[in-house]
Amino acid sequence: MSAPAKLPRWADLVLLPAVSLAAALLLSAGLVAVMGESPVTALRLLFAGAFGTGDAIGYTLYYATNFIFTGLAVAVAYHAGLFNIGAEGQAYIGGLGVGLVCLAGGSWPAWVVLPLAVAAGAGFGAAWAFIPAWLQARRGSHVVITTIMFNFIAAALMTYLLVNVLIKPGQQSPESREFGANAVLPAVHGLLAKLGFEVAASPLNLAFGIALAAGGLVWVLLWRTRWGYRLRVAGANPAAAVYAGINPGRITIGAMLLSGALAGGLGLNELAGSQHRILLDFPGGAGFVGIAVALMGRNHPVGICAAAVLFGALYQGGSQLSFDLPRINRDLVVVIQGLVILFCGAMENVWRGPLAALLARLRVESRESRGESQK
Amino acid sequence: METYTIIVLLLAATIRVATPLLLAALAGLFSERAGVIDLGLEGKMLGAAFAAAAVSAVTGSVWLGLGAAIATGVALALVIGFACITHRGNQVVAGMAVTIVVSGLAPSLALAWFGLGGQTPQLTNAAQRFTALPWPGAEAARAMPFPGLMYAELLAGHNGVVYLAAALVPLSAWVLYRTRFGLRLRAVGENPHAVESAGIPVNGLRYRALLISGVLCGVAGAYLSTAANAGFVRDMTVGKGYLALAALIFGKWRPVPTLWACLLFAFTDAAAARMQGVALPLAGVVPVQFILALPYILTVLLLAGFVGRATPPKALGVPYTTEK
Repeated sequence: MSAPAKLPRWADLVLLPAVSLAAALLLSAGLVAVMGESPVTALRLLFAGAFGTGDAIGYTLYYATNFIFTGLAVAVAYHAGLFNIGAEGQAYIGGLGVGLVCLAGGSWPAWVVLPLAVAAGAGFGAAWAFIPAWLQARRGSHVVITTIMFNFIAAALMTYLLVNVLIKPGQQSPESREFGANAVLPAVHGLLAKLGFEVAASPLNLAFGIALAAGGLVWVLLWRTRWGYRLRVAGANPAAAVYAGINPGRITIGAMLLSGALAGGLGLNELAGSQHRILLDFPGGAGFVGIAVALMGRNHPVGICAAAVLFGALYQGGSQLSFDLPRINRDLVVVIQGLVILFCGAMENVWRGPLAALLARLRVESRESRGESQK
Repeated sequence: METYTIIVLLLAATIRVATPLLLAALAGLFSERAGVIDLGLEGKMLGAAFAAAAVSAVTGSVWLGLGAAIATGVALALVIGFACITHRGNQVVAGMAVTIVVSGLAPSLALAWFGLGGQTPQLTNAAQRFTALPWPGAEAARAMPFPGLMYAELLAGHNGVVYLAAALVPLSAWVLYRTRFGLRLRAVGENPHAVESAGIPVNGLRYRALLISGVLCGVAGAYLSTAANAGFVRDMTVGKGYLALAALIFGKWRPVPTLWACLLFAFTDAAAARMQGVALPLAGVVPVQFILALPYILTVLLLAGFVGRATPPKALGVPYTTEK
């Protein structure tokens, strides 16, 4: 078999993910039919549940915020040639940082505590990513395996802290006390109300804006700075990078620090933005959704934001779906997520060959119809 | 309870916890020695656990359940093979994807078929489960503490899958190190080009390794839902696939050391349940969560070369392009 076929840039960026997504949705539709419900009804309910009302859109964007952060985290590592499966754990520990600042600073002015919470979320997430990064850069242990291990270690650590240290006294469930009123990110509907716009209440909060800003920051860092150029060279061809005087170890550590910091943003959205306390397992698998989002969004901030909204819609619409169709539950969304990862990430070579052949044929045909001769 | 009894019961629990871990770790051993990263262990095991419980609940036969579990494990392995071997896709991504698909698919199908909120019905009938094999005199021996209790709890008192898993360790070692197939399998994970130069198809060998992995994961999953438990519940593997991967790395991709790693990790798991709030000499009360995280911490330390060194197969994770 020959090397993977080359596709034109637009097809690589748009057509291939679209075909993969269509395949994933088609398979899921078949599954819905197997489970005894109508796929058309399911799709209609899904769409209405995600975009039908003002608060539905708010929820969709609120979920999308998590996925932008984790998608960016996966993408930054990917550009450096690293596969960060640890966004889940980094988000969990990042949330610990957010929570600690918000618990401590409930009485401080908002303009002090909120920037500190952002910094702590990023810092804690980065710190949790630093250990696997350092181990890969200096000790040669593979970051895929170590980040998986660190997810489990993070889960154990957080359970310990919540059960033994952070738990609100006199309470059964392992949750911290509520953050103070100043240590809460303002909700978007509240902000818009101040400007005179009336929108439905939802947990959508300022973290959404921070996520978009993070996307812009990632774009500038990766494509408009010398460091980003080095990072991408090291990811594309580590051997060439060494000859160009780039230290791959330092790139590995830098990329993973940024990756972990971005993952920490999830903690900001979930805890400071919506839950207003630290609780068990708040990342809820969003770290893994980040893999799907990054693959689908072609590891570019614009694509990631679009893919994150898509997955936000799936999550929000999916919970609506499980209300209305008794034979379907939210797990269906996890299936779609897995299929997107499978088709976009692992099986895209399956479509690449036939797509390239098809495009080449279309080009020849259009040329012939215009009467041009083939070179 | 006296210390002796506690220790014997702890070791018996260790054996029970270690069984699915060992089966999954051996599954990973075959595919990784052939050069295919197996992050799909968790998914294959979970899918097999669901298939075993669902078929056993419907047909009333645990053997049909086991067959369905193995078929599921093999089918999922073939998906990974198609993506990663035939189309040279990213093995890490494929394994993750299969695991995520199954973690959503199993409870979805369970809800649609059984209407029990993502579970299968309880397996109440003895024919629907693997139960402890009757060993001669095991019940009588229990009354006599030493060595009767050890005989009753450690040697006897397990179901067939436990003995199968134990037997698979020397068998795997024999296949890997003493057969032509094993030699080729190891070669394909180290230097596939050399294997192809010898006229042996690399991808065919990798497919066979994945098939073995699928079968073993199938048995591991069937053990979880029809032997260790009476039915499938959501996410019942709870990371055992990744723990098995850690054990495989801890065992340096070799069958016998992998067995010891599985027993060690299973022991920490069994001990954690008993150590809740127990003060140890010198250490004091050790948090349960720390004990549960210990296997992962140890594996990271090993990978980092702080305690020994684990060297993966050289061609692990590298898709092979057939030469023309």
